[in-house]
This record gives sequence, C-alpha cells and structure tokens, in this order.
Amino acid sequence: MLASGSAAAPFSSASVRPVHDEFHGDLLEVSMGPHHPSTHGVFRMMVTLDGETIVRLKPVFGYLHRNHEKLGENTTYLGSMPYTDRLDYLCSMTNNWAYALAVEKLAGLVPPERAEYIRIILAELTRLINHSGLIGFLMQDTGCSGTPLMYAFREREKVLDLFEALSGSRMMCNYQRFGGCRVDLTPAWVDSARRLVDAFPRFLDEFEALLTGNEIFMARTQGVGRLSPELAVNAGLTGPVLRATGVGHDLRKVDAYGLYPRFDFRVPIGAHGDTYDRYMIRVLEMRESVQILQQALRDLPAGPIMDPKAKLRGLRPKAGEAYGRIEGAKGEIGFFLISDGSPNPYRYRIRPPSFINLTVLEDLCLGHTVADAVIILGSIDIVLGEVDR
Amino acid sequence: MPPAPIFATLDPDRAFLERAPLLVRDFVTGLFPPSLQWLAGNLLAVVVIVLFFASLFALLTLAERKILGRIQNRPGPNRTGPAGLLQPLADAVKTLVKEDIVPRAADQVLHFLAPVVLVSLALMAFAVLPYGRHLVPVELDAAVLYFFAAGAATELAVFMAGWASRNKYSLLAAMRALAQLISYELPLLLSVVPVVMLAGTLSTTGIVAAQAGWTYGVIPHWHVLTPWGAAGFLLFFVSALAESNRSPFDLPEAESELIAGHLTEYSGFKYALFFMAEYFGMTALCGMGVTLFLGGWQAPCAFLEFIPSYAWFFAKLLLLLGVFMWIRGTLPRLRIDQLTRFAWKFLVPLALINLGTAAFWQLSAGWSGPALQLARWLVALALVAGPFTLLGRRLSAGVAPRTYRYAA
Repeated sequence: MLASGSAAAPFSSASVRPVHDEFHGDLLEVSMGPHHPSTHGVFRMMVTLDGETIVRLKPVFGYLHRNHEKLGENTTYLGSMPYTDRLDYLCSMTNNWAYALAVEKLAGLVPPERAEYIRIILAELTRLINHSGLIGFLMQDTGCSGTPLMYAFREREKVLDLFEALSGSRMMCNYQRFGGCRVDLTPAWVDSARRLVDAFPRFLDEFEALLTGNEIFMARTQGVGRLSPELAVNAGLTGPVLRATGVGHDLRKVDAYGLYPRFDFRVPIGAHGDTYDRYMIRVLEMRESVQILQQALRDLPAGPIMDPKAKLRGLRPKAGEAYGRIEGAKGEIGFFLISDGSPNPYRYRIRPPSFINLTVLEDLCLGHTVADAVIILGSIDIVLGEVDR
Repeated sequence: MPPAPIFATLDPDRAFLERAPLLVRDFVTGLFPPSLQWLAGNLLAVVVIVLFFASLFALLTLAERKILGRIQNRPGPNRTGPAGLLQPLADAVKTLVKEDIVPRAADQVLHFLAPVVLVSLALMAFAVLPYGRHLVPVELDAAVLYFFAAGAATELAVFMAGWASRNKYSLLAAMRALAQLISYELPLLLSVVPVVMLAGTLSTTGIVAAQAGWTYGVIPHWHVLTPWGAAGFLLFFVSALAESNRSPFDLPEAESELIAGHLTEYSGFKYALFFMAEYFGMTALCGMGVTLFLGGWQAPCAFLEFIPSYAWFFAKLLLLLGVFMWIRGTLPRLRIDQLTRFAWKFLVPLALINLGTAAFWQLSAGWSGPALQLARWLVALALVAGPFTLLGRRLSAGVAPRTYRYAA
C-alpha cells in the first residue's frame, strides 16, 4: 500500500522530502493518471502525499507523442498545415495562423488586409471557445457536476458551427494558408458571427453570476497555486497564466503582429497569481475579445484574401530561418522553421505554450492537497496534443 | 389555545384514503392464523418498505438525471421508453449483467460485505419514520436515537469499502469519509436536540404530534416556522447533505480528484448497491427532516386535510430531495479542510447556540400579550441571526471578489 524501496529523487524544493523518513513516517505515493478523469487527457502526475498534502509532484507526459516535429521535416510546407490542427485541437485556427506566419516570414509573403481581419476574427473566436471551455473544465475539476461545462459547450457549439460553415470542419479547420486564407467569408457568415458576438456578453454575465462570486469557488481558488511573477518569467510562461501574476505581457501588444495595433482593447492583469486570478483573467480576456470581434466585424474591408505572390504547392522558400509567434489562447504559440531551399523544412520546431506552462506545476502544487492539484492543473490549461506533440 | 379553524373539516381520521393502507394490511394479515398475524404484519411492513423505496430509488435516479439535465441545458435520458421512463430498468439490467471485478489484492470478505452492510444499514433507518397518520412501521420510544445510530453506521461501511479495495484512491476516500463523519455527525445531532427538547420525546410519532394544529387554520405549528426551528432545519439540512455524501460535500467519491473514491474498485451490481444506499440515505435523512421540522405528515392548512397524510409526507420528502438535486447541479465541491472547518467553526457553534435559543423559546412559552410575543420573537431572531452573521463573517474572512487592473 505504502510506497517502499524507491530511492528518493534529487530534491527540487525545500518541502520535498523522502518517502521514508524516520521522523515523519511513510508517505503515500499515488500515480494520478494517465487514466484519471481530471488530467485532461493522458497526463500523469506522480504525487507523493503526506495525508492529503502534496510533498512531491512529478509530471509525466509523452503518452500522446506522435513525432510531430519529425513529420513536419518530412512533409512539404503546405502538408504540415493540417498537422498543426492536431497540436492544440481546441485552437486549430490559431495554430494555423502561427505556422502560416512563420512560413510567410520565411517566404516573404504579406497577407492582404481582409485576410488579416479574418485571421483576427477567427483567432478571437478561438480565444472565446478556449477560455469558456477551460472555465467549464476547471469548474468540473472543482466539483460542479457539469453545469458550467454544459453552458460553456453550448456557446462553443455556436462558434464551432461557424467554423464548420467556413472551413468544412468543426475542430480540425486547416483554414489558414501562407499569404492569406483558404475561403472567403460570406455576408451571411459575417451576420451570424455578429449575432453570436453581440449575444456573448450575456452568456458571460450569466456565467459570472454563477461562478465569480460563489463563496465555495472563491474559497477553493483564492490563494491556491500561487505563482510569483519572477518564477513565471524565469520559467518562460506565457498567456493568461503569466498575466495572472501581474506581468502585462501580451504578444498582441508586444509584437503587434497582424493588424492588432488598429484595435482598441486592454490587457487584464492579476495581482496574486493564484487560481482565482487565472480564472478571472480569462473571463476579462473574453470580454476584451468580444470588443475586438465587434470592431473587426464592423470594419471588415473588402478585397482579396490571398497574397497574389503566394504559391501553396511546391513552395520552396530560399534558405534561411524564421520564427513566427502569436498570442494563442493558452500563450505564445510559435513555430521555428529552417529552410535549406528544399520543399521540406530542414528543421521544424514548435514552441507549445501549454507544455512550457506545465513546467511550473510542481512549484504550484507543493503544500496543497490533491483536490487543489487537480484545479491547479485545470487552471494552467493544457491540451495534451500540444504538450506531447 | 389556538382559535378555531376558519374552515370546518371532516374528521380526517375516518377518511377512506387515509385508512386504505390499514385496510390492506388488515386484509393481508387476516389471511394468516391469529397466532402468526403479528409476524405477517411486520413482514408485510418490511416487504412494502423495501419494494417501495427500491422503486422510489429507481425513479429518483431518473429524476436526478432529468433535473440535472434540465439545469444543464440538455434533455437528460429520453431514449429508453416514453420520455426515458424505462431508463432505471435498463440501468438495472446493465449493472446486473456486468462483470463483478474484485481486485486480487483486495480483502475479499470485506470487499463483498461493504455494499451489503451499507444497503442494509441504510434501509434500517426507514423503520421508524412516520409516513402517515397510521403508518409507522416500528413504534419506538427512542426512534430518533435509533435513526441516527443506523445512519452513522453507514459511514463504517464506506470505510470498509475504501479499506478493503486496496486502492490508494479508495483509501484516501475512506480517510475523508471518516473525517466527514466525525465532523458532521455532531452538528446533525445537535440540530435535532432542540426538537427533542421541545417535543419532550424521542419518538418520531410524538414529535409529529407536537407539531399538530394550525393558528387560524392556515398557519401550521411546524417547528420550521419558529426562529430556532428554522435555524435548526437549515443546520440539519446542511449536515444531512454532508452526511449523505452529496454535493457540495461529496468528497469521499469526488470524481474529479479520487476517480470514484471508495467506489473505484467496485463494478456491476455492487456498484449499483452503493448508489442505492446513497439514495436510501438521502431519502431517509430527508424523511427525518420532514418529520422533525416540517410537520411530518401534517397538512399545511386545515382545509387541506382531506388529502391523505402519507401524500403530504411524500410531497414534502420529494420537495427536499429536489433541493438536494438542485444543489448538486449548482455548487462546486469543498476541500476537506474547508469541510471540517465549516463543521467545527460554524455549524457546531451555531447548533449549540440554537440549543440556547430553543431553551429560551420554551421558557418564554408562557409570555402572553402582543408586546411580549413580539419581544419573544425579536430576542429569538437576534439569537439566531447574530451568531450566524458573526461566525459567517469569520468563516469567509480573506475570501472576496476582486477587482482587476489592465496593463498600460
């Protein structure tokens, strides 16, 4: 029952102690996952418990490894585009965009204005469904028997319907192309998108009325999984997890890629870096995304959606390297490409936000209970397709 | 003496529907020789209780899934039979034909015994509830004591299940179950003590009788309509949620943390037995809540007495069960340390103070005249509301909604 015989791993923190300790007695080692309802996929946490308090936590991943980067190096540039859908399968639109951006930098392509608007619309819609879905799952981890999740999924369905109407697929959209987008928006699509965006704040208000002021939810999340800005920056975290610590780093402002400087939006930042801040930052970001969407749908210009210089099949960028990154829903999603002039990239490297955000999991969980570890993991927002690649 | 009721009523005792269960009983026992009639009567009660509450359990699972479904914007089960009414039957068949897996390392005997013990203990509680005017299976002087003793023993079975499974999640669940039992048994019992104190009896029939009558024929004399009774009822209800391991206190089987807690290593019909026991426990506690605070089988108004008493009992019971399900669809779960802190620092002190409030209410029973009556109500309300506010403020200290800044 109790762990025995295993040698203690090198300690990474003051509160980590060996499984056998003559002063404190034996600890309980539990392997949470890979088949566990709250690990959001095939992820495993080797936790060492003192009672229910976590004294050591070792994340184990790789169960979903599918050799993504090597595949990318043996596929044409265009051929890798559908694969990027499968990274963070909830946010295929932003994955596409980041990859397209990297190739555009490599090949010197410039998407036309309408395509940039479409990209922003789709990226912000992706942010809405990712954040609302995440909060739903977080509440599921907190022990709500499905109600917030179902509300979130109701909204997600509407956005997925839009994606389906546009790209033919609900989740694996494969929509962006180097130098533009695959198909143009129809006026009917824009109308239904506008209706959805205008109705979204009502859903957010309803969601917040159920959750934000809930005393149990606040007690469960405030002060739990506190992350310091120093550690967040040193560990290279990005996205809402970083901003919850009070660091106002948002690539939409920092890099000003696409046409984001034209839009009027704010970047919410937290002060405590705990689970509640990570939740609230996402809620506030959704409200800002609604602002961006309203502006983008209002100002959407007419025109072509592809750079006339763009060549999709048989693209052979000249030798060189490029890094394209955007602010995905989970953080900085980046693609690093090295071209040797052949149809395939010489090196194809991904910077997955949730993989890097996951590296601080042990620091966040030490000293908390099993129940807290589950919601801390939930608030980091991982997708195993992206973590394991 | 309360004034005479506005609506004159027939003697409800004689109504046909009211006596119908008794007539059925007399008919069945009449088939047996006189020396065996007591045995036949008791066996009949056992059979009726088991069958009735087993079918109520089946309907409740369906109702819960339907209600949760509606709360969550989805229809709930509706494929099996008309409006999904045959779903419980399908579930029963499914659990019966499933393989019963026992882990090799498990304690075979305890692993088998745990669900059986749990269900039988949960069923025992039904013996003393007065379901109607003439419907008390066992007339026991210490019925309340018996009820809570049987209820507390169910936690032992949960611990057995957790320990015998030889699974770390089950073990954690067993530890949680014990912590929860020790924490919540106390406020549960303390919230009942004022009722026993004022009714002057531990018998459930006596407690229902103490709530008989109406002022002006419309305001019932239920305990819940007094300051101490309302507080006691809320305390009882919250503790009952914890005692029956229901959301937001469903820590032993917290599915997002401990997979299924003590149920992790159970499959097939044993798993179904655990569920049955959970619903039995929930139903029994709601029934006890109805008996202690909501007037038992008494009608809310004098002129509604023509509806048979057992119908009133079950209407109130289903209402409380509905609230259980509503809560499950709404609230997140507490953490174990918050759970115990909530019990020890909030519920127990409030229950103790409520004891004093009830004592005051009893002592001031002789106060007459509107001014004194008003003073009595005000003092009692202050005794209930003051500690609630103060303790509540301390409990939620350091937890508040926040405001957020925006990066420049």
